[in-house]
Amino acid sequence: MIRIRNLSHQIAGHDILRNVDLDLSKGGLTALVGPNGAGKSTLLSLVARLAATQSGAIEINGLDLKKISHGDLAQLLAILPQVLTSTHRISVQDLVGFGRYPYSHGRLTSKDRQVIEQVLASFELEGIRHRFLDTLSGGQRQRAYTAMAWAQDTEYLLLDEPLNNLDIAASRSLMARLKRLAEQERRTIVIVLHDINYAAGYADHIVAMKAGEIVEAGAPEAIVTEAFLSRVFDTEAQVTHVAGRPLVVV
Amino acid sequence: MPRLWLLTCLGLIIALSVVSIFVGVIALSPLDLFQDPEALQLLAVSRLPRTAAAVLTGCSMAVSGQIMQILVRNKFVEPISAGTGQAAALGILLSVLLFPAAGLAIKMSLAAATALLGTMGFLALVQRLPPTEPLLVPLVGLVYGGILGAVMVFIAYQADLLQYVDVWMLGEFSGVMRGRYELLWIAGIAALVSYLIADQFAILGLGRDMSLSLGLNHRQVMALGLLCVSVVSALTVVTVGMLPFIGLVVPNLISRRLGDNLRVTLPVTALLGGVFVLACDILARVIRHPYEVPVGTVFGVLGTLAFLWLIYARPRHA
Amino acid sequence: MLRRRFFWLLLVLVVVSVLFLTLGAKGSWGFTLWFRGQKLASLLLIGGAISTATILFQTITHNRILTPSIMGFDALFLLILTVMVFGLGAGGYTQLPKVWLFFLNLGVLTLASVGLFALLLKDQSSDLMRMVLTGIILGVMFRSLSSLIQRLIDPSEFAVLQSASFARFNRVDADLLLLSTGLVLVTWICLWTMRHRLDILALGEVLPVSLGADPKRGQLVILMFISVLVSVSTALVGPVAFLGLLVSSLTYRLIPSWHHGHILPAAVLIGGITLVGGQLVLERILHLETPLAVVVECLGGLVFLFLILRKGST
Repeated sequence: MIRIRNLSHQIAGHDILRNVDLDLSKGGLTALVGPNGAGKSTLLSLVARLAATQSGAIEINGLDLKKISHGDLAQLLAILPQVLTSTHRISVQDLVGFGRYPYSHGRLTSKDRQVIEQVLASFELEGIRHRFLDTLSGGQRQRAYTAMAWAQDTEYLLLDEPLNNLDIAASRSLMARLKRLAEQERRTIVIVLHDINYAAGYADHIVAMKAGEIVEAGAPEAIVTEAFLSRVFDTEAQVTHVAGRPLVVV
Repeated sequence: MPRLWLLTCLGLIIALSVVSIFVGVIALSPLDLFQDPEALQLLAVSRLPRTAAAVLTGCSMAVSGQIMQILVRNKFVEPISAGTGQAAALGILLSVLLFPAAGLAIKMSLAAATALLGTMGFLALVQRLPPTEPLLVPLVGLVYGGILGAVMVFIAYQADLLQYVDVWMLGEFSGVMRGRYELLWIAGIAALVSYLIADQFAILGLGRDMSLSLGLNHRQVMALGLLCVSVVSALTVVTVGMLPFIGLVVPNLISRRLGDNLRVTLPVTALLGGVFVLACDILARVIRHPYEVPVGTVFGVLGTLAFLWLIYARPRHA
Repeated sequence: MLRRRFFWLLLVLVVVSVLFLTLGAKGSWGFTLWFRGQKLASLLLIGGAISTATILFQTITHNRILTPSIMGFDALFLLILTVMVFGLGAGGYTQLPKVWLFFLNLGVLTLASVGLFALLLKDQSSDLMRMVLTGIILGVMFRSLSSLIQRLIDPSEFAVLQSASFARFNRVDADLLLLSTGLVLVTWICLWTMRHRLDILALGEVLPVSLGADPKRGQLVILMFISVLVSVSTALVGPVAFLGLLVSSLTYRLIPSWHHGHILPAAVLIGGITLVGGQLVLERILHLETPLAVVVECLGGLVFLFLILRKGST
C-alpha cells in the first residue's frame, strides 16, 4: 500500500499541500477529486517522484520512496501525466513497447512482445497499431498512452485527469475498461478526476481534497452527498441515486 | 519501409562517393588510377578525405540535429543555427587568443565546453517559453545564435582574427585534406555512440514526466545528449565550418516519412544527412567549375527553402 | 513633460555631435571638420532613416517587434543589387550613371517589398511567430542567394558587390550622400504632413475604415516611403539588422505618446544619438577597431530577445 505521512509541499512560496496523511490500500480504483488548485496533481507527482518530497514521508509497500532506485520504482509504479504534448511521431505499437523499457531497456524479449500484444488487445488498439500518435483522435491517443502505462505492468498506476478533452463515449469506455482491468489483474489505480459523477460512477474509493488538505475519504455511496459538494466544491447541487450509485444533478 | 530507405541511402552514398572522387578542379578519370601514380596520390591526399569529410559531417550533423530536437522538444531547431555552433566558434576563438601554444586537443575541448555552455543557455531560455508557441523556439534560437555570433565577431575584430571567423562561419570542404579532417571521425563515433542509446532518446522525447515514470535516468540521458550535440558541433565547426539547416531538414523529413522511433530511424537519418551534404558538395564543385562555391552557401539557399516548407506545411496537430 | 524630454534629446544629440566633430582632433581644423562633418551627416542620416522606417513599419503592421530588416527588406535590397550586377554585368553596371542606378534599384525594391509585405502579412493575424520566423529565414535566404550569385559572377566582378555587403559607418560616398539626404528630407516632409493619418493607420485594420481612411492605400504609400528609407540606408552602409528595433523600443519607452507627430521626431533624434554617440564611444573613447554595427547587432538582439520573451509569456 501507499502510505503518506505529514506531507507538505510549497511551490514558489505558496502552500500546495499541508500535512497530508493518506493511506491508499492495494487494489481497486481510487478517485482523487477536488476543486482546481486543491493539490491533486501535486500529490500524484510527489508519489510518483516526478518532484522531490520537501517534507513528510511517502512509503510504497513499506519502502521509503526516496530509497527506491529508478528502475525498481518504474516496475512498481507508473504515472501518466496530465499534459501529453509530444511532438514525437511514434506508432501506437512502439509507444506501448516503451512501456516495457523498465524491464528490457529497449531490447524487447519474447515476453515483452507477448505483454504488448495482450495490452494492445485489451485496449482495442490492434486496428490502429501502426498509426502515428499525431494522426489519432483525442480518445484514441489517450487510450494509447494509458495502454503504454498499462504495459509497464506495475502494481500501482497513477493517472492525472485522463478524461481531459475526451467526449462522453471515450470517457465512459476508458473508465469502464480501467475498472474491469483493475479487477482482473488486481492492480491499484489512483485517478485524478474533474467530474464527480465519473468518480461516483466508477471508483471504489473517493478521496476529496481542498486547499492542499484531505477533507474526506470513503466509498462513493457514503461520502457523495449534498453537504459534501457544498463543503468541498462550494456549490449547492442536488444528489440523487441511480442504480445504487450517487449522481450529482448538474 | 525503413529498410528500403536505409538501403537506398546507402546506395546513394556509395554512388555519390564515386562521383565525388572523380569531380574536382584537377581532372581525374577511373583509368588514371591504374596508370598515373600522381592520380593515386591525389585520391589519397584530397579526394578521399574530402568525400569522407562530407559524409561524416552530414551523418553526425543530422544525428545531432535529431538529438537537439529531442532535448528541446521542438522540431524546428538544430544546433548550428541555435547558438551551439556560434558558441563552439567562440570557444575556439578564445582558445586561439588565450592559449595560442596549446595543442589541437585542448583547443577542441575548450570549443566543446563552450558549445555545451551555449546549448545549456539555450535550453534555459527555451524553458521560459510557453509550450503553445512552438515557433517561438527557433526564433529565439536564431536571435540567440546571432548575439553569440556578434560577440565572437567583436572579439575577432579586436584581436585581428577576422579571417578565422569567416572560415568557421561558412562551411566549406575545399580545404579538406589528409591530416586536416581526421577529427571528424570522432564526430562520427559520437553519432554512432548515440545510436546505442537511441531508445533512451526516443523515450526522452515523450517528456520529462513520462520518461521518469518509465524509469529513465532523465538527467543522465539529457547530459549525454547535450554532450553529443556539443562535441559534434564543435568538431564540425572547427574542421569544416558551419553548415546550418542540415540538422533540421533531414530529421524532419525522416520523421514525416518514418516516424520517430529512433532505434529504427536514426541510422536512416544519419545516412540521409551524409547523402545531402555529399550531394551539395558535389553541386558546389560543379556549379561554377573550375571555381568552387562554398557548400555553406548552397545550403543557405536550399536549407532555408526546406525550412520554409517545413513551417508552412506543418502537421495539423503540431 | 514631452517638451522637456525633446529638449533633453536634442541637447544630447548636439553634445555628442560636437564632441564627435572636435574630440581628439589633430592638425588642420578645416580639414578635420569637413572630413568628420561628412561622417557625422551620414551617421545622422542613416540613424534617422532606419528609425523612421522602423516606426512606420511597426505602425502599418500594428506590431512593435517587427522591423523592415528583421523581415528581410535590406537583404532583399542586396539581392536585387546583386541580380542587377549579374544581369547587366559589372561593366554595364558601372557605366550607368550612379543616380539612375540608385533610382532603378529603388523602383525594383519598392515593387519587391510590396510583394514581400503582401506575402508575409497576409496571414498576420493567424500566426505572428511564423511570420517573424519567415522574415528572418527569408533574410538568410536572400543573403545566401546574393553570395551564391556573387560567386557565379566572375571573381573580378565580385569586388563591385563586396563593398556593399558589410555595414560600415566610416566610408560613405559623397555623391550618394547628397542624393540620399535630399530623398530622406523629402520623405520626412511628406510624412510630417500625413502624421495625423499615420495615427489613424496605427489603430488597426477595421477602425481606419470607419474613420474614412483607407488602410490598404495608406499602407501602400507608407511601404513606398519605407522602401526609400531602407534603400538609402542599405546603399550607404549595408544591412544593420537590429538598429531599428533598438531605437524604436527606446523611443516608445521615452516618449509615452501615440502621436506620430511626437514619435517620429523623437525616433530620428534617438537614432542619431545611438549612432553618433555609439561611434563616439567606440572610436574616440574606447579606441576600438570593431565596427559599431557589430555592437548594435548584439544589443539589438538582446532587446529583441527581451521583447519576444515578454510577448511569449503574456
